[in-house]
Amino acid sequence: MAADAAVAVRGLRKTYGKVEAVKGVDFEVRPGEVFGFLGPNGAGKTTTISMLCTLVNPTGGSATVAGHDVVRDRDEVRRNIGLVFQDPTLDGYLSAEQNLRFHAELYGVPKGMVGDRIRQVMEMVALWDRKDAKVMTFSGGMKRRLEIARGLLHSPRVLFLDEPTVGLDPQTRSAIWGYINQLRLLEDITIFMTTHYMDEAEYCDRIAIIDHGEVVVIDSPEALKASVGKDRVQIQTPDDAEAIKALRERFGLEAAVREGAVTFAVASGEEFVPRLFAELGMPIKSVSVSRPSLDDVFMSYTGSTIRDAEAGDGNTAFMRAMARR
Amino acid sequence: MATEAISVRVPVRSAGHDLRAIKVVLHREMLRFVNDRTRMASMLVQPVLWLFVMGTGLGSLVRGAIPGIDYRTFMYPGMISMTVIMTGMFSAGSIVWDREFGFLREMLVAPVSRGAIVVGKCLGGAIVATGQGILILAMAGLVGVPYSPALFVTLLAEMFLAAFTITAFGVMLAARMKNMQTFFGLMQMAIMPMMFLSGAMFPLANLPSWLHVLTVVNPMTYAVDPLRQAVFSHLDVPAQVDAVLNPGVRWFDFQVPVMLELGLVAALGLALLGVGIAEFRRAE
Repeated sequence: MAADAAVAVRGLRKTYGKVEAVKGVDFEVRPGEVFGFLGPNGAGKTTTISMLCTLVNPTGGSATVAGHDVVRDRDEVRRNIGLVFQDPTLDGYLSAEQNLRFHAELYGVPKGMVGDRIRQVMEMVALWDRKDAKVMTFSGGMKRRLEIARGLLHSPRVLFLDEPTVGLDPQTRSAIWGYINQLRLLEDITIFMTTHYMDEAEYCDRIAIIDHGEVVVIDSPEALKASVGKDRVQIQTPDDAEAIKALRERFGLEAAVREGAVTFAVASGEEFVPRLFAELGMPIKSVSVSRPSLDDVFMSYTGSTIRDAEAGDGNTAFMRAMARR
Repeated sequence: MATEAISVRVPVRSAGHDLRAIKVVLHREMLRFVNDRTRMASMLVQPVLWLFVMGTGLGSLVRGAIPGIDYRTFMYPGMISMTVIMTGMFSAGSIVWDREFGFLREMLVAPVSRGAIVVGKCLGGAIVATGQGILILAMAGLVGVPYSPALFVTLLAEMFLAAFTITAFGVMLAARMKNMQTFFGLMQMAIMPMMFLSGAMFPLANLPSWLHVLTVVNPMTYAVDPLRQAVFSHLDVPAQVDAVLNPGVRWFDFQVPVMLELGLVAALGLALLGVGIAEFRRAE
């Protein structure tokens, strides 16, 4: 398994002075999956991704990407990865196509393929008609799309996306996700991404929740939500008080009226629904079962919501700045 | 819409690959220069001012002292080197710019050697600066320098060498710098004394000894002198005027030959290039 993992990480650590940015993480990314690194700002996501991309040397532990060690075979790793950073790394004074040509030459893409490949990746992100425009005239979303295209140009085995949709409007974010999903169908590629958007983590095959430099849990979004345990079930009945009483007597469930419906929590709600109809002993007009959200998951593993975790970081930074005065 | 992905196999690193990297970094430098007409024009303003305003003004003052030659003719090789040096430094400065705007990262994460990137940058700066120098060459007739193909070939080669060395110097400075203001401040601080002490503005003959020492240790002196010697060899000036205006460089009693001067500039350029590459390797 370890040999053909797209990314394999063992006890990877990074310290800056006294600060332990990454405290020994272990995980494996399977070939072909979309793997998400979910955590608040400052949790160690970017440091980890930088070590995997050979931009930062680890303090301890080891990691291989596409089968190559990130410290010993740095060039080999670089040849096999595509990178899209949080901050743009395009030359605004060159045209979109010139930026990609520069990349193709730098990565040694075989000469005969350069033109076709550039066209293909630009069509994938719907920028081919803007190929001759200078990049500085592009919007934030277009720049990000172009960077994704560039990251794919040399057919990397693993594409690293560091917060690919941060700072973009919702429409552009969903368009970018459209491209990423399309990409999985077209190319034989593994995608490793970081995000602090819960709704985006849903698109991943598996996610690792990282907090304070440690990986707290790794699993598919579905399994993570299931691990939180209970689904939320809401039913509409002719007599809510009677329904609540029946739920308590027959199933031992505590229910309450929320949002105009009788609401209760139960493990594997979908399997519970048939029993509910059979045994409740009164008519049910409608039923809805909802899974716990990733917010609930994050909350149950880290003890805080992702927003609180970020606000907390902001606060400590602010306090530190104040203390320095 | 593409249906079949074109799969690219990136080959293992080779000399050919590094060569392509050098070429594309150089190519970008030229594209940037050609696209930026304002920069091209502004780079011309300073030497033209020196040559035609300062040169004419000072020339009328010293006309009696140097018979048989226009002061502007004397200044001309100096102004060529000034143009070349300013342009080369600007090209090197774009490294700081690239760092500020993130593009440097795109270059540094590529599977090519740092050396290829630095060499590409220096060659690009040298070619761009030589190109800018051609515009000054075009004005030769205005200051009484003949349009001789042999002279121009010599000047172009010497310009290229000077430009390469100064770009390498700039790249070495830029390797660690985080913002443009610092770089341009430092660049001004380095360039002004080098210009003044190089013989670009006044002849190096009969100077007080302290000033003579400074001009001899100034590396730019060895870039300016070959240009002047080339220009004067195509002029018809009285011997005593030539001795005053074109004295060459002397180490004690040794008259330094042009080939040695050029060799010094080249050696310095390569040494600076080496330091620059080492700095980029270390910066990771």
